[in-house]
Amino acid sequence: MPLNLNPNFFEPGKRYFRDFSPGDDFYEMLIETHRDLTEAQSAQVNAKLILLLSNHIGDITVLREAMAIARAGA
Amino acid sequence: MLQTYQYPKFEYVKPAELADATTRRVPVVVVGAGPVGLAAAIECRLKDIPVLLLDDDDTVSVGSRGVCYAKRALEILDRIGCGDRVCGKGVSWNVGRTFFRDREVYSFNLVPEPDHKRPGMVNLQQYYLEEYEVTRARQAGVDLRWRNKVVSVSRHEDHVALKVETPDGFYTLEADWLIVADGARSPIRHMLGLDIEGRIFMDRFLIADVVMKADFPAERWFWFDPPFHPGQSVLLHKQADNVWRIDFQLGWQADPEEEKKPEKVIPRIKAMLGDDREFELEWVSVYTFQCRRMGRFRHGRVLFVGDAAHQVSPFGARGANSGYQDTDNLGWKLALVMAGQAPEALLDTYSDERAQAADENILNSTRSTDFITPKSPVSLAFRNAVLALAQDHPFARKLVNSGRLSVPAFLTGSVLNTPDADPFAGDMVPGAPMDDAPVIDNGADGWLLDKVGNAFHALYFAEDPAAVDQAIAAALGDLALGPVAVKPMVVSSRPGPVAGGIPVLVDSKGVAAKRYDARPGTVYLVRPDQHVAARWRGLDPAKVKAAVARATCNA
Repeated sequence: MPLNLNPNFFEPGKRYFRDFSPGDDFYEMLIETHRDLTEAQSAQVNAKLILLLSNHIGDITVLREAMAIARAGA
Repeated sequence: MLQTYQYPKFEYVKPAELADATTRRVPVVVVGAGPVGLAAAIECRLKDIPVLLLDDDDTVSVGSRGVCYAKRALEILDRIGCGDRVCGKGVSWNVGRTFFRDREVYSFNLVPEPDHKRPGMVNLQQYYLEEYEVTRARQAGVDLRWRNKVVSVSRHEDHVALKVETPDGFYTLEADWLIVADGARSPIRHMLGLDIEGRIFMDRFLIADVVMKADFPAERWFWFDPPFHPGQSVLLHKQADNVWRIDFQLGWQADPEEEKKPEKVIPRIKAMLGDDREFELEWVSVYTFQCRRMGRFRHGRVLFVGDAAHQVSPFGARGANSGYQDTDNLGWKLALVMAGQAPEALLDTYSDERAQAADENILNSTRSTDFITPKSPVSLAFRNAVLALAQDHPFARKLVNSGRLSVPAFLTGSVLNTPDADPFAGDMVPGAPMDDAPVIDNGADGWLLDKVGNAFHALYFAEDPAAVDQAIAAALGDLALGPVAVKPMVVSSRPGPVAGGIPVLVDSKGVAAKRYDARPGTVYLVRPDQHVAARWRGLDPAKVKAAVARATCNA
């Protein structure tokens, strides 16, 4: 499966009446995860997050594509 | 500064109470003639309730303040008789552009979804809105009292006592019910010692209303971190009379008095417009905001609405828009309680339902604020990464949050709803704000939402009016005779009469049936505020009566 670049957030069992809600739920959770951390701690949390999610995705062709997009223009 | 608007001065009239020193007892007093207080007073008159509206000033909102009125507010304004003037004067926009630093990240075109009477939003200066509502309130028979300032208030078992200051002295009043619409600082809330809790945002914003001398596109432009205002956000959008609203984020350290000076404001706007476009300043203000709400909006016979009860950040236009929905929710409940047709507990559901909506508004506007003004380096890094990806990738565009425009809450958790027993698809669940649809009524094109509201309605869907047999017509007709009247209507694909003179709405395009996932025989019970209370696949009068009882706390 190629890298999905379309909106894709959802929570099983949760009903959404507005299309922006699942993405906003995710984004708030992401920022909350970093609440009150130092910059160094946040960098560590981000690194761990990438490792956890990468393993979950597993498919290295997908990860390669995501890494290329992330690095472009860096 | 230029003035495109002439402020009306409303005449103060010496209240009769001053002359005879009596304490009058009145059914309802509304305090605060802002957009929400005016709507509350008009709402009372639509229910034939005498109402006195007190305001400490004698004109409309000075400066524009509120700008964006969303679809649900426009529908409520339609129901109370102000929608056409607001939409006639207000301006619509469809194209929005989002900029990040020196480039446009993406644009969107909000082509309105077809088959709704009202668009997603119109922009209009607050003073016009208030002026139109004042006209409507007078026409509806509201006793409007300008320069009448409430200076003390006390709560009693069966009334609220008020002391009112006028240019001619003081008088006292007793109100069976008091609706408090006196704004974010709510003097009455303070007099009653009631708390409001939430979060203060450490930021300041400058708003400038400018009159453009030349053509300028009717689009909404939002800048994140632009070169002409580094590290902050800027919003530009259009109001009526060629007036444009510009909103600059200033940061907490900014000095409001300094920032308001034209010699400071004008260069900022020139840098933003980037060329020699001519403009004139009309109004400038610096504001801060809070996101907070009262624990309960009902305290005995005192009912809080609008900013007095809850406040949000301006991102998403959820202030006045949610205030209108408060009065929409409160009006019919108060009328039923005053008429002895429902217990006072129904008013607690006003607080429960609107507190849930306020929480949703606070959540959405807080999220927008946190995206627009990130509070930590990592939050800023994520925000900027979203913007960088948004240029090419749809998922990131969906995450860009420059304000989620006010939409009504789905009151799915309300005790007034009768849960579905039959399967339905789509969004018109019990508690949902009703979707609009084009209908033909007596040969004339119209809109579903203009045909319902101000009473309970039972919508019976049919292919053909001829298929509505005598028994069903009789059962529908009987609903009007219950303790709380339900007005029946048949929504049919084809025109034709129904026995008993039950009104027929022709769903000529099939939009209503589609939006409500209706089949022949489907019944929707809808509330006076145009929310779904219950629905079934067939008509069972006992179930409809039970659902009405439930929706009015009479169960």
